[in-house]
Amino acid sequence: MSFVPHTDPERAAMLKGIGVSSIEDLFSDIPEHLRIEGLALPGAVSEIEAIDEVETLADRNVQTKDMDWFLGAGAYYGYIPAVVPALAGRGEFLTAYTPYQPEVSQGTLQAIFEYQSMTAKLLGMSVVNASHYDGATALAEAVLMAWKAKEGRNRIFLPKDLHPEYSQVIATYCTSFDIEFIRYEGDPAQAPIDERTAAIIIAYPGFSGEMYPISKASEKAHEKGALCIVQADPLMCAIFKSPGEQGADIVTAEGQCLGNPLNFGGPYLGMMGTTDALIRRMPGRIVGQTKDKFGKRGFVLTLSTREQHIRREKAVSNICSNQGLSMLQTCIYLATLGKNGLQEVAKQSYDKAHYAAQLIDIIPGYHVVPKLFFREFLVETPDSATKIVEALNKKSIMPGLALSHYYPERANELLICVTEMNTKAQIEKLASALKEAVK
Amino acid sequence: MAIDKNARYLESHEYAKPEGELMVIGISDHAQAELGDVVFVELPNVGKELDKGVVFGTIESVKAASDLYMPISGKVVEVNEEVKNDPSLVNKDCYGSGWLIKVAPTKLSEFESLLDAESYGTSIGEV
Amino acid sequence: MNAMNMRDEPLVYELSREGRIGCSLPRSDVPSKEIPLEIARSELDLPELDELTVVRHFTRLSQKNFSIDTEFYPLGSCTMKYNPKANEVVASNPGWKNLHPLVGEEYAQGAIELLWRLQEGLREVGGFAAASLQPAAGAHGELSGVLMIHAALKERGETKRKKMLIPDSAHGTNPASCTMAGFTTQTIPSGLDGGVDMEALRAALDDTIAGIMITNPNTLGLFEKNIEDICRLVHEAGGFVYGDGANMNALTGVFKPGRSGIDVMHFNLHKTFSTPHGGGGPGAGMVAANETLAPYLPGPIAVKADSVYRLEMPAKSIGRVKAFHGNFGVLVRAYCYLLMTGSDGLRQVAENAVLNANYLKSLLEKVYPVPYKRHCMHEFVAKGAIADTVHTLDIAKRLIDYGFHPPTIYFPLIVQEALMIEPTETESKETLDLFAEAMKRIAEEASKNPELLHDAPHIAPVARLDEVMAARYPILCYRG
Repeated sequence: MSFVPHTDPERAAMLKGIGVSSIEDLFSDIPEHLRIEGLALPGAVSEIEAIDEVETLADRNVQTKDMDWFLGAGAYYGYIPAVVPALAGRGEFLTAYTPYQPEVSQGTLQAIFEYQSMTAKLLGMSVVNASHYDGATALAEAVLMAWKAKEGRNRIFLPKDLHPEYSQVIATYCTSFDIEFIRYEGDPAQAPIDERTAAIIIAYPGFSGEMYPISKASEKAHEKGALCIVQADPLMCAIFKSPGEQGADIVTAEGQCLGNPLNFGGPYLGMMGTTDALIRRMPGRIVGQTKDKFGKRGFVLTLSTREQHIRREKAVSNICSNQGLSMLQTCIYLATLGKNGLQEVAKQSYDKAHYAAQLIDIIPGYHVVPKLFFREFLVETPDSATKIVEALNKKSIMPGLALSHYYPERANELLICVTEMNTKAQIEKLASALKEAVK
Repeated sequence: MAIDKNARYLESHEYAKPEGELMVIGISDHAQAELGDVVFVELPNVGKELDKGVVFGTIESVKAASDLYMPISGKVVEVNEEVKNDPSLVNKDCYGSGWLIKVAPTKLSEFESLLDAESYGTSIGEV
Repeated sequence: MNAMNMRDEPLVYELSREGRIGCSLPRSDVPSKEIPLEIARSELDLPELDELTVVRHFTRLSQKNFSIDTEFYPLGSCTMKYNPKANEVVASNPGWKNLHPLVGEEYAQGAIELLWRLQEGLREVGGFAAASLQPAAGAHGELSGVLMIHAALKERGETKRKKMLIPDSAHGTNPASCTMAGFTTQTIPSGLDGGVDMEALRAALDDTIAGIMITNPNTLGLFEKNIEDICRLVHEAGGFVYGDGANMNALTGVFKPGRSGIDVMHFNLHKTFSTPHGGGGPGAGMVAANETLAPYLPGPIAVKADSVYRLEMPAKSIGRVKAFHGNFGVLVRAYCYLLMTGSDGLRQVAENAVLNANYLKSLLEKVYPVPYKRHCMHEFVAKGAIADTVHTLDIAKRLIDYGFHPPTIYFPLIVQEALMIEPTETESKETLDLFAEAMKRIAEEASKNPELLHDAPHIAPVARLDEVMAARYPILCYRG
């Protein structure tokens, strides 16, 4: 099934119109010895067979609902209201292109503008772009943005307590440039930044769940002439002070937790916001409000001279697409939950995580590490965390991430995440299973 | 297209025009017309020393961005703040209120080597 | 088209009424915990809407869009072909949606097997040794590919090779990707036949070149006839050849780029493999390489050993280009499409994409000049220069009134007043005939009544918008 509508007579008429006798003639520019006979792939199958085959594969995976789920580590199991996929899946959104022709793309453009508006308030920034591939690439682009903005400075301070995959993506993105990365531990306000520092990155919260207020660190950065980049949990910003309120110059975030499914890691939503001063250095698409000749409000892609299709090698980034549908899901999610709903999701996650931490911290041998956290916290375990995970999996509990997944030497550490999806009963079951696992 | 006879030009359309001890730098009428509605100009800070030929800023329309090249070496003594706030001044009055920066020239002899109004006119195909 | 929602639609903030909520949670069953005052948020300015208002709002917004599902969308270089609904059905399966990226591999065998099958299928389509599904978009694939070249050159100690050659017809992402990988770029002009000017290429080859980025068919819709010679010359000069697969829809099952000498290449799965464009994304950009560059692929990639599937970093990988495993949900759709089309279907895709483009070209070229007199591949470039006072933009906007999405305009940059038209294989003959008819009528209007074009579109939710004001005085979020 190639979804081609032509019948044989139509095809013949078209060839006649072109003035050739066969389709092969149209390929005459391809050197004959390079044309292939066929591909070593199976032949076409029907829709029934294709769906069956893909669903058979899907059935072989373990889903969040199969267990009591406490695994996060950068990808979060949250509730997605039914309206979100129902509306985002409409064909008019799904099968439209990038809104380069604004008159017939007002739906997509207004949705982006609304996303920009809501997330700018959430993160406390003047402007948020129409999105990056994910939180990790958004942060890597923010590093390059800051480095280029601070000409002559080549130091970037990076927290040790940052999602390891984010650190890896930053390393890949910066491989060709003379940037010195300095890893710091603990409170970012204590990091020894200096006049050679282009920026300090603050994880809000860190990978371990630990968070620090940002204001002092951002003040210090500004005193030294450096920029303050914050990698934030956007849901946390619903109840904790926003990075913008605390002096951040660039904020990046992973927006998956705002209405996007886990999907084995993608597509997710790279959020990036900045201040008025840095707008023209920010990569990514931006939508602006304007008017048509009758004075009617409308929306257009704007500040495009930053981008590759105009500035080519001098563009601020090579990024071309955005995560349009993921962004739309988040836009609808935020509109649906609104101010009270989002704060409720965040507060329930916070309350439940703290209830869990309190129960776990009193189990002999277990110790909750972070002092101030949102919904995820690192726990020191009395035995190998991998073994504990395996034991609890047998009881249909996914207790979190054994840190040895990323750091083989950190065998006795478990990262536990609690969201609004977890019930009190699940949390209590988790705590007693953790206790039993090391008897 | 208007060509200010008191100014001298680069082929890339920047002009330098003497004003007392200083040189006023901007872009030509031809350049602003080619660019269309100017929406943004980025200019250097006062105090910056720039050699002839280096990029001192950018000027943008909706669909294009051009680097601005120094027609003459000098130290920036004044930046047109009004044009930053209202870039349309470049379109309305490029030789007057739409000027970009003023510099104290460090190699005044460079001025003589720039295109005079007539040669610049020829270079843009106007006789 | 006539169903398009012409009414003003307020912003979510303007629809907000204090106290409303669109979705409620179960009551919390755990004790409330205080948030330390010094870091607690005092206010959150988000709208408050009820569920029905949300539904109507976004439904109305959607009706202000043109889309493939509603209109013919012949955007050159974008491959706006039909996105099969079966892809959406399989992608929404809870076995994917509720699969966490960090579960043990034993819990994700179905997902890793899908990655492996798609990876191997695409590798075969391209004729390469190995492939990675990590890149999230075409440009992301380009960045990965040029970083692979960068890494290979570094390992050889050839650090002075800093220059990438780029034909003047290339997409802007090519030079931008080079900058991000620390390369400089040099533009190679096109020759009279629309292909790379071979003399200019020879002159540019020296021991400072890292390689060339080549799009085949190029953005003029023309097959690069000298592709083998280009690859050979660049290789002899010590450089690598990057293949931009944006236009692979013209070639599936007909030509394998890997066999022509391309070292590394990306495919845009949202173009050739028909995953939806989503109003701008998410895309997916597989990157594949020959034996020499395969060890540098971004990872992890899927491997199969004794019917067990694992994720592994290639030996000399450039590393991760994003967190987790690519835009997985997009990959599920692409795999479903690959299954449904199969080897025979993929060839039909290319054949009919090329047939449709040539047919449409034959209908239009008497009215709209086509600068290169060759058979085109999946798309062609014509000129909008049909009347003195009319520009390509005016033609594009007038097409909206006829119910068609405009083609890509003013690109490639080397053709003045360019109209770049890609009909794709999924459009019927009658749609192409109707489009050609509209284009011819517009050409008549252009000479008789140009104002009709200048003021177009007349039937759209908004008239032409003031982009100058938008850029001069940016309003980038709601100011209530």
